Amino acid sequence: MTSKTNDAIEVRNAVKRYGDFTALKRVSLTISDNEFFTLLGPSGCGKTTLLRMIAGFEDVTEGGIFLFGEEIEGLPPHKRPINTVFQNYALFPHMTVLDNVGFGLEMLGKSKSEARKRAGEVLEMVQLSQFSARKPSQLSGGQQQRVALARALAPRPKVLLLDEPLSALDLKLRKAMQIELKHLQKETGITFIFVTHDQEEALTMSDRVAVMSAGEVQQLGDARDIYERPRNMFVADFIGETNLLEVTVDRIEAGRAACHLGGGHRLTCDAVDGIGAGAKVHMSLRPERLFLSSAPTESESLKARVRENIFIGTDISTILDLDDGPEFRVRASNSSRGTSRVFEPGTEVFVNMEQGAARLLVD
Amino acid sequence: MAKGKYDLRVYPGFRAITLLCLVILYSPLIVVMAYSFNASPSITNWEGLSLRWYADVFTGPESAKFKAAARNSFVIALIAATVATAIATLSATAILRGGKFRLRTVSFGLISLPLMVPEIVTAVATLIFFNAIGFDRGLLTILLAHITFCIPFAYLPISARMQGIEATYEQAAMDLYATKRQAFTRVLLPLMAPGIVSGFILAFIVSLDDFIITNFVKGAGVETLPTAIFGAVKQGIKPNIMAISTMLLGVSVVMVTLSWLISRKDRKT
Repeated sequence: MTSKTNDAIEVRNAVKRYGDFTALKRVSLTISDNEFFTLLGPSGCGKTTLLRMIAGFEDVTEGGIFLFGEEIEGLPPHKRPINTVFQNYALFPHMTVLDNVGFGLEMLGKSKSEARKRAGEVLEMVQLSQFSARKPSQLSGGQQQRVALARALAPRPKVLLLDEPLSALDLKLRKAMQIELKHLQKETGITFIFVTHDQEEALTMSDRVAVMSAGEVQQLGDARDIYERPRNMFVADFIGETNLLEVTVDRIEAGRAACHLGGGHRLTCDAVDGIGAGAKVHMSLRPERLFLSSAPTESESLKARVRENIFIGTDISTILDLDDGPEFRVRASNSSRGTSRVFEPGTEVFVNMEQGAARLLVD
Repeated sequence: MAKGKYDLRVYPGFRAITLLCLVILYSPLIVVMAYSFNASPSITNWEGLSLRWYADVFTGPESAKFKAAARNSFVIALIAATVATAIATLSATAILRGGKFRLRTVSFGLISLPLMVPEIVTAVATLIFFNAIGFDRGLLTILLAHITFCIPFAYLPISARMQGIEATYEQAAMDLYATKRQAFTRVLLPLMAPGIVSGFILAFIVSLDDFIITNFVKGAGVETLPTAIFGAVKQGIKPNIMAISTMLLGVSVVMVTLSWLISRKDRKT
């Protein structure tokens, strides 16, 4: 395989085993050139293992990894035009910021002056020029993070790997860095592969997201796809907040699935491939796509009783008890329109669905 | 927390026990240092301050013997510490960075075991070994023995330092196009430097002051400072011995201070 393609990285049937433990079960995915791609999943899902396999720190038990169509398995890390931003930054403590950033270029055989010149340019790009003579320990966490980023970008890699680089920063700085990273990616045109366990971070930054769990890719798609059309229980539960209800599908008609809950409540939603009449499956109902009213607004409004209202700043989250059903959550935005839909605890209310609130899930 | 209920100072007798320990530890040294400046040839009667015994060490009847012994001691300590440090650095790299290999725990045990073996046993064994292979005893046998027993002393501070260096530094270097060798020389070695210096100094001091093994493996007529001092003491303790001992103590103090200063500077950057 030497043909040039437009795919920056292709992971083909990659398996990773440590003795009896399988960290990665036959994963295949393609990452396009100039894409901001995120591997999202809880700790232990195999996302970091996959990243380290692309970087060359872990070998591939079975399958292959291709960089622009060329097999890179077997190449040591220093022969791969791929750089990494490490979770703990791993800045060289005995070198100045400038020498840290210039290190990669120097190792590539560039002269010291050339390496320093390019390092200076990249430091300017991350707005750290004034700190170039300092040692890493003299910088704040956020600044160190940017040095690590500059160091990995300086040699102009074909692919940049980022291993949870923002996890040590406080919330405000993290949000600012998310935007900055996104801009840097567009500016440099380098393919970014970002690893995180933070679903909000993944949705904010990525062109596409691969949701991983138990060594497998559960779903791959853009942020909207994954949030609004989760394929299975894991994805629906992991991304955002949701209500998971057990339902039985009664019949499928014109692309709509008519279902009923245990208590006899009837609900209709879009049909999903692979789920037919008679199936007992789970339904995901996003709390922010539901609203409460004192009288039913449609035939399928669910009757419920308000248990508790929780104020969470931007939203108000209401916990409800469904008649003959499980606990239920509904979110209303903290605005005049939203608060008009909040009711006192103990009130009998009706839960109504906006278009696309409900989604059937493959288990 | 400093003055909390776990403050050691609240225990009765803490101050007294501390003082007692310090007195037991340091009074013999202080006596030796004080009497090295005694004007009297007696080692018990004080007759006033003088540097005559220091002059005696360098110009007295025994000065030639002591100078030769001191030169042997320093040359051996320098070479033994250098070689032992190099070997210890490579061993630490192999054991701590070589990944999981069979016999890794065994390797660590083997390299630190000599610290636990009674020195007299090592001395006898080394002597028997040299005899068995027909090696003539002399400076070279002392040097070889010193290199050997210095390795674990150099190894401990070096491996302690290396354990504190995360493997991600080398991974970062290799990720940035450094070969394994470059990652070692450009990143790992500079980070290990304080441990290597401490290891070297410890090995140097241990070699400088070794008596038992040296006494067994040295050839006739070849002396190091400790064996020369022992030889002189057998004919009665003279104050010049105290002067030599004080100077040796000075060398140790200087080297330990140096090691401390280096490690402190490292912690600041």
